[in-house]
Amino acid sequence: MNDLRHHFRTPLMRSPFHPRVAAANVLNAWAPWAGVTTALNFGDVAMEHSAIRNSASLYDISPMIKYAIEGPEAAAYLDRLTLRRASGLPVGAVQYTAWCNDAGHVLDDGTLFRLGEDRFRLCCQERHLPWLQDSAIGFDLSIRDETEAIAGLSLQGPTSFAVLSAAGGADLAGLKPFRLAEVHLGPAGPVMVSRTGFTGDLGYEIWTTPDRALDLWDHLMAEGAPHRLRPVGTEALNIARIEAGFIIANMDFVCAEQVLRPDRARQPDEIGLGWMVDLDKGRFNGRNAIRAARAGDTLRWALVGLDIDGNVPAEGAELYLDGKKAVGQVTAAAWSPTTKRNLALAQIRRPWHRDAGDRLRAEIYALRELQYHKLMLPARIVDRPFSSPKRRRATPPGMF
Amino acid sequence: MPTPSFDAIIIGGGVNGLACAGRLAQAGQKVLVLDAADTPGGGALTGEFAPGYRVDGLAHLVTHLDTRMLAALKPERHGLDWAVDAMATTALSSDGGHLTLNGAYGEAVQGLEEAEAQRWTALRGRLLRHTEILRPLREITPPLPGKGGGKGNLLALGRAGLNLRRLGREEMQEFLRMILINVHDVVQEDLTDDRLRGLIAFDATLGAFLGPRSPNSLFLLWHRLSGDAGRIRWPRGGMGALATALAEAVRATGAELRCAARVDRVLSDGDRATGVRLESGEEIAARCVISTANPRTTFMDLLGARQIETGLVRRLTNIRMRGTAAKLHLALKGAPDFRGADLRHRLVIAPSSDAVENAFNHVKYGEFSPAPVMEITCPTAHDPGFAPDGHHVLSIVAQYAPYSPRGGWEAGRDALQAAILKQLEAHAPGIGELITAVELLTPADIAARHGLVGGSWHQGDLAVEQMLFMRPAVGIARYATPVPGLWLAGAGSHPGGGISGTAGWNAANEILGAA
Ligand SMILES: Cc1cc2nc3c(=O)[nH]c(=O)nc-3n(C[C@H](O)[C@H](O)[C@H](O)COP(=O)(O)OP(=O)(O)OC[C@H]3O[C@@H](n4cnc5c(N)ncnc54)[C@H](O)[C@@H]3O)c2cc1C
Repeated sequence: MNDLRHHFRTPLMRSPFHPRVAAANVLNAWAPWAGVTTALNFGDVAMEHSAIRNSASLYDISPMIKYAIEGPEAAAYLDRLTLRRASGLPVGAVQYTAWCNDAGHVLDDGTLFRLGEDRFRLCCQERHLPWLQDSAIGFDLSIRDETEAIAGLSLQGPTSFAVLSAAGGADLAGLKPFRLAEVHLGPAGPVMVSRTGFTGDLGYEIWTTPDRALDLWDHLMAEGAPHRLRPVGTEALNIARIEAGFIIANMDFVCAEQVLRPDRARQPDEIGLGWMVDLDKGRFNGRNAIRAARAGDTLRWALVGLDIDGNVPAEGAELYLDGKKAVGQVTAAAWSPTTKRNLALAQIRRPWHRDAGDRLRAEIYALRELQYHKLMLPARIVDRPFSSPKRRRATPPGMF
Repeated sequence: MPTPSFDAIIIGGGVNGLACAGRLAQAGQKVLVLDAADTPGGGALTGEFAPGYRVDGLAHLVTHLDTRMLAALKPERHGLDWAVDAMATTALSSDGGHLTLNGAYGEAVQGLEEAEAQRWTALRGRLLRHTEILRPLREITPPLPGKGGGKGNLLALGRAGLNLRRLGREEMQEFLRMILINVHDVVQEDLTDDRLRGLIAFDATLGAFLGPRSPNSLFLLWHRLSGDAGRIRWPRGGMGALATALAEAVRATGAELRCAARVDRVLSDGDRATGVRLESGEEIAARCVISTANPRTTFMDLLGARQIETGLVRRLTNIRMRGTAAKLHLALKGAPDFRGADLRHRLVIAPSSDAVENAFNHVKYGEFSPAPVMEITCPTAHDPGFAPDGHHVLSIVAQYAPYSPRGGWEAGRDALQAAILKQLEAHAPGIGELITAVELLTPADIAARHGLVGGSWHQGDLAVEQMLFMRPAVGIARYATPVPGLWLAGAGSHPGGGISGTAGWNAANEILGAA
C-alpha cells in the first residue's frame, strides 16, 4: 500500500481507497486497523448505520489480512488447519471458519474462499503467516500474504443489489449467500464479488486490485447515488455487527497467540464457535484438546448475547449474578437502532450461560457530566443474531 | 494392518534401544528391535578404518553406563569385560610437564604442587557432592513443574531434596550459587594450575555447543560426573564388544533383534501409532512403537509432520542440535610419544581454560578451531589386536568443528585435519612421520553415518533450557508423546546421551507403568 521504507515517517499505511476515504472523512476520525489508517466515521454514525439497514453502505475492507493458499494439497492442509471441513467447500464458495493451537484455543476466525480446486484465500483479522507455514510442513502447497495485493469494498444494505446491478452486476441475481463470482463492472473492470459481509444484511464484498481501486469506488458511488449509497466507518459497522451477533478477534476473544494471562485463551465452544468443530473429518489442529475438554467437562466460558434494560450501552460492563457474584464481562455493546434494544455480547462463566435465568445484572458506569453513575441493569441472555432480516438470504435478492 | 504380533517395536538398537528392549522383554513383553546398521550398538561400535587397523567408530569411552541395566541384563555373562576399569587422565603439556589424574576423576593427582592438589581435592569433593543431588534425577521420568509424577519419581525427587538438605546450609547455598554459572569462573576462582583448569573446562564442554565461559557450562560437568562419579572405563574388544555383549544379553531376555532393517515410516491409523514400515516395504504391526532415533526425525520424517499438531512441529523444529565434535582416527606404524605420557591414559590437549574458550569462539562463526582441543585414546595400548604387530591406532575426539562451516566441508576438511595434526605434532613430535592412514569424521559425516542430526552428541544440545521436562521439548519430555502408542527413548530424551541406556530404561519403566 505504501513504501515500507518510510515506515518511521508514516507509521500507518494507507488503503488503496485512501484518497476517496480521506476526502469524505470530514471529521478526520481515523483509527488504525492492521497497520492501515481507516475511517471511524464520515460525520454521522446514525445515518451511516441507517444506510446499512435501510439503503446501502460502502466500507473499505482492504486492511483485512489475506493469505493465498495454493497447491495440490491446499484442501487437505486447510482440513488440518481449520475446524471445518474445507475440502467439502465447493469451488466458488465461502466458509466462515476458525483455527486453533494444540490446546484447542482459538487463534483467529476468518473467511475461507475457494477460488479454484487448488486455490484458496483465507481472510482474517490478525497476521498468522508463521503459524500457517509451520502447519504446512509436509503438505505440497504455497502460502503467500496477499493483503496488499487485493483491495476490497463491502457493499451492504437492502439496496446493495440494486447498486450492484446498476454498476453492471445484474448477472449476479442468482448468487447465493456465501458464493462468489467474477463480473465486469463497467469502468471498474473485472472484479470478484462474494455474497458475504459483516452486517447480517443483504450485501456483497467486491475484490479488485489496488490500481483499479479508485475506479471501483467512483463507479459504485456514482451508480449508487440514486440508491442512497454512502460510505460508512467502523463505528456504524460495529453496531451492525453486534446486531448480527458477529464476534471480532481481540475484541470478543483474545487470539491464543497473543494471550499473556493463562486463563484468557478460549476454545471454540467458549466463544460460540463450537458448531464449527468437525470431529468426523480426521485429524486437525486442536482436535484432541477440544475433544478432551468436551469429554472432561472442563470448558469454563461461553459467549452469549444479552438484552439489557435501558438504553445505556453496556460497554465493558461486568456481569453479576444476583448483583453479587461476578460471572462475566461484556465484550461489545450498543444501543441497536434496528431492534430498539440495548444489546451486548459477553463472555460468561459456565454454567451461567444456561442457568442464569433472570439473575444477571450488568454493572454499567455511565459518565454524566464528569461523574459516573453506576447502574445495575437487568440483563437477559438471548439468542444471536439479534436481528436477521429475510432479505439477507433471499435469492434472487430484492431490488429495493 | 494385521493384528500386532509385537507388544513393542523399538526403532534403533543403540544402547538406549537395547536397554529399553531388555527391560520390556524382562517384564514379559514381546519386543522387536530394528536397526538400520549392520550391527547393533549405534554410537558404540568398533570397526576397521584402514586394512588391519580397528578403532571405536564414534564413542570411545564409557562414563555413564546405567547400573540398573547392567544389574538386570548382566551383559558380563555374554562377554562384557573391562579392559580398563578406571582409566587415568593425563592433561598433556607441550613441554612434557604432564598432569595425571588417577582413579575416579582425580582421586589422586600427580604433577601438582601440594597447595594446588589440596585445592583440587576440595573442589573435586564439592563437585561430587553437588552431583549427588542431581544423580537421582537421572533415573526418573522428568517431573512436570508443579506435579510430582509417579511414586518412584517422588522417591527420587525426595532423595534429591534430601541430598540437598544434607549438604548443610552453606554448601547448599554454594550449590545454588553454582547451579547456572560457567565452569571457567569456577576453575579460575578455585584453582591456579592452567593444565588442570584446561582439563576441567574441556570435560565440561565436551560434546556441547558451549565454551567454558558460556552460562551453565558447569552444569554439564555435573552431568558428566553424575554418570559414574567420573570413572572412565573401556571394554575389552572396544565399544563394539560392549554392544555385542549387550545385544546378546537382550536376545537372552527373549527380545528379537533385526539389523540392516531401516524404518522409513511409523504407521498410524490417524489416531495412534500402529507399527512401522521398513525401507524394504515390509510392514510390521505392534501395540506400541518406541523410537530411539532423533526426536525431530521421529516425528517430522518417520511419522510425518501432518500427523502431529503445529505447536509440536514448532517445538521440534526449534530444538537446538549443534554438534561441535569431530572424530579423527589415526593408523600409526609405531608408538607415538607424547613426551613420555602413558598411552594407556586418556590424553587431553586443553592447555588452559582460555585455550578451550578460544577454540570454541570459532564455531560460533561457522569456522573450525585452528588450535582444537581434544581427547585421545590409544586402544592398542590395551589391546595390541587393534593394529598389526608393533603398530598403533589413536582415537581422537576434537573440538570445535561446526556442523556446516562457512565454505563447506569439501573445502574445509583437509584444513581441519591439518589443524588437529598440528596440535598433535606439538605434543607428540614426530607423530606425523608415523601415520599410515587417517579417517576424519566431521560433524556432518557423523550426522550422515549415525543419524545424529546436526552431529549433536546428545541428539539435541544438552543445556539447561533443554533439560528435564523441556527435553527434547515440552509436551514430549516424559517419553510418552501426543500420539498414543508412540514413545521416545533415545538420547534426545531425558537425561541425554552418552553410552548409557538410561533414557531407554526410563522410557521402558514409563511404558510398563502405562501398560
Ligand atoms: C564425536 C562423538 C563422540 C562421542 N563419544 C562418546 C564417548 O566417548 N562416550 C560416550 O558415552 N558417548 C559419546 N558420544 C555420544 C554417544 O555416541 C551418543 O550419545 C549415544 O550413542 C546415544 O545412544 P542412543 O542409543 O540414544 O543412540 P544411537 O547410539 O545413535 O543409536 C541409535 C540407533 O538407531 C538406529 N536408527 C536410527 N534411525 C533409524 C531408523 N529409521 N531405522 C532403524 N534404525 C535407526 C541407528 O542406526 C543407531 O544404531 C559421542 C558422540 C559424538 C558425536
